[in-house]
Amino acid sequence: MTPEPIETAASPANITHHILSVLVENKAGVLARIAGLFARRGFNIYSLAVAPAEIHERFSRITIVVDADSAPLEQIVGQLNKLVNVVDITDLSPTDAIERELLLATITTNVDVQTNLMEVIARANAAIVDVDAHAVTVALAATPQACDDFERTLAGFSQVELHRTGRVALPRLGRPANPLAE
Amino acid sequence: MELTGAQALIKSLEMCGVETIFGLPGGAILPVYDPLIDSPIRHILVRHEQGAGHMAEGYALATGKPGVAMVTSGPGATNIVTPIANAHMDSTPLVVITGQVPTSSIGSDAFQECDITGITMGITKHNFLLQSAQDIPRVVAAAFHIATTGRPGPVLVDIPKDVAQSTMTWWWPETIEELDLPGYQPTVSVNTQDAKDAADLIAAASRPVLYVGGGTLKSQATAELLAFAERTNIPVVTTLMARGAFPDSHVQHLGMPGMHGMYTAVMAMQRSDLLISLGARFDDRVTGRLDGFAPEAKIIHVDIDAAEFNKIRRADVTLQSNVRDAIEALDAALVTPPDLASWWTTLRDWQERYPLAYDEPENKGLLRPQAVVEAIYERSAPGTIVAAGVGQHQMWAAQHWKYESAGTWINSGGAGTMGFGVPAGIGAKVGRPDATVWVIDGDGCFQMTAQELVTARSEGIPIKVAILNNAYLGMVRQWQEMFYEERYSEVYLSPDLPDYVKWAEAMGCVGLRATTPEEMRAAIDTANTINDVPVVIDFRTDSSEKVFPMVPSGASNDGIVVHHSQRDPS
Ligand SMILES: Cc1ncc(C[n+]2csc(CCOP(=O)(O)OP(=O)(O)O)c2C)c(N)n1
Ligand SMILES: [Mg+2]
Repeated sequence: MTPEPIETAASPANITHHILSVLVENKAGVLARIAGLFARRGFNIYSLAVAPAEIHERFSRITIVVDADSAPLEQIVGQLNKLVNVVDITDLSPTDAIERELLLATITTNVDVQTNLMEVIARANAAIVDVDAHAVTVALAATPQACDDFERTLAGFSQVELHRTGRVALPRLGRPANPLAE
Repeated sequence: MELTGAQALIKSLEMCGVETIFGLPGGAILPVYDPLIDSPIRHILVRHEQGAGHMAEGYALATGKPGVAMVTSGPGATNIVTPIANAHMDSTPLVVITGQVPTSSIGSDAFQECDITGITMGITKHNFLLQSAQDIPRVVAAAFHIATTGRPGPVLVDIPKDVAQSTMTWWWPETIEELDLPGYQPTVSVNTQDAKDAADLIAAASRPVLYVGGGTLKSQATAELLAFAERTNIPVVTTLMARGAFPDSHVQHLGMPGMHGMYTAVMAMQRSDLLISLGARFDDRVTGRLDGFAPEAKIIHVDIDAAEFNKIRRADVTLQSNVRDAIEALDAALVTPPDLASWWTTLRDWQERYPLAYDEPENKGLLRPQAVVEAIYERSAPGTIVAAGVGQHQMWAAQHWKYESAGTWINSGGAGTMGFGVPAGIGAKVGRPDATVWVIDGDGCFQMTAQELVTARSEGIPIKVAILNNAYLGMVRQWQEMFYEERYSEVYLSPDLPDYVKWAEAMGCVGLRATTPEEMRAAIDTANTINDVPVVIDFRTDSSEKVFPMVPSGASNDGIVVHHSQRDPS
């Protein structure tokens, strides 16, 4: 099975995107509330990552990359902030944030592609995390841009299965994040 | 003290000051109905759960207190979805308790299971699925706190049967902190700089309008509004959700704006250079086509809900606050009100040329619906509460009645829910038993929820219902006449099927009929003397009557169509 060629639509590079770092109560259904809000108000999510927050297992941090063209950021934040389980929202503008994403890809190998592939992996600073006689799985934790580039390069190989996590982000040191609402 | 979850739930409702619950029991909520027998809380047994929800809304709108409804799981819960959505649109404080299948059965498609917290996620301010009996006091207190503070709204509490049956050690949260709502901070205070900026805009305005919305009633700001309006001499319009927030008899009141608003109210907003929006939300029924709405107006937007700012119309100054505090801040910041003499000349001229108009009351053996509304108004006690359904009759009730105080106009604004009138009127009467309550209903609406008159009769709630029986889904008929070349599609109902008088009598009410102005007056007077049972009057009205003025859907407010007697002969 050949995967569809991967479009860069997953990459928000060409649109107005914002990274919202949203601290929520770690309660059943919170993700559904957020997803439901975005769906019913017609706000677009590019990617979303959820994990328990540092402080306390009472809270989770959700990093949402939103398309600020689908609705004004002010509306998105205002509506999000009305959810009772949302504790705090920070707008991380891409220039003021450290962003990382994890990419995993399994590439079916044969002798012809092998050397070329090893070169591509090395150049991207990706790590080989699994190998067998027919395939190799690589991992790359990097900026969304670097993940995009790597993804494009891999698209040149015929059989690739690829997953990306969506980004997580923290404010750059020395650049206070913009607390929009709490 | 050890209590069952069910006992704890009832006790928690008592602690929250609940006096009345509107509801109907069933399997999953059965445990909670048992301790209700021993509680001072009055339970009103409805005939359909939609009735319970609208009664709770009517109660809340008439009293300012949260309305409470309780129903069983599955179909009981889905039957109350419409009132919840309605309350959400109109920011009405409700607490709705739903039974749920036992925790261990959730997710198994058990009998009468439905994911009511999932269904109502988008139409509640918040909802809870109770996990343990020990948590009941906190969740109930939190539900009331959320429903009634900030921008009010409906909150649903889903209680699984096993949670109601298990035991807990009674406690009561004494502080807000104990409610454990780290993400909910409803209190905001006016930013004085913003108030100053707003006051500067007011001082510099030459054609300002106070655009008064439902938030003014919600924050009980009518006295402050009156004082501020009189001090500044700024004209006032009250939206469909704000009728009663400013006396209709006041000389500065231009009436209701919007699709069926008064000409002067609509045009004042259109030509204004400053709209001071007080708890209003620039609803499409008020703005008409947005790009043609109030093109020269700067906007001061006061709302407790910051998400309303710049949602529809960009504001020049925003004040996040309840309306009362905002008016006080504006009043303090405003040094010299502007001179509005020439603005008033324009407004008075419009008022003279375009008053509310309809054809002569005398009419080929049928009543003019507008005349019916006016006759009820004239023949009923001051302070009478009006609850309406949705349709032409609702608009006539909003236009032709004079609302003088808060809580006297009860209607379904944002959702436009047919069938709202009868149960909402019942709820209002329960909350304000000393007031006369008239429901001004349509024949179509009446048929949707009339069975609640059985509830009203059996519970001793003597409301009065005026059916403006035009034999049609009149509002839809009006659109088909005006915009679909009189091609009437599925709007005819019949004037005498059902027989409304017999139906009323079958429900234990007094049933009357009126087709002439004399019969109309006599029936109204009879109804106003009956105070022990509900009364229903079948007023036979002219189906060809249309609501004017009207801004056609999709048109700019400048395209307002007035009554034919006021149109240019061209
Ligand atoms: C539950 C519901 N269904 C449909 C509509 C659409 N609708 C709006 S007004 C109206 C006609 C109402 O008829 P009636 O109660 O007789 O009032 P009238 O307009 O004749 O005064 C309809 C069908 C609605 N608002 N609500
Ligand atoms: Mg009708």
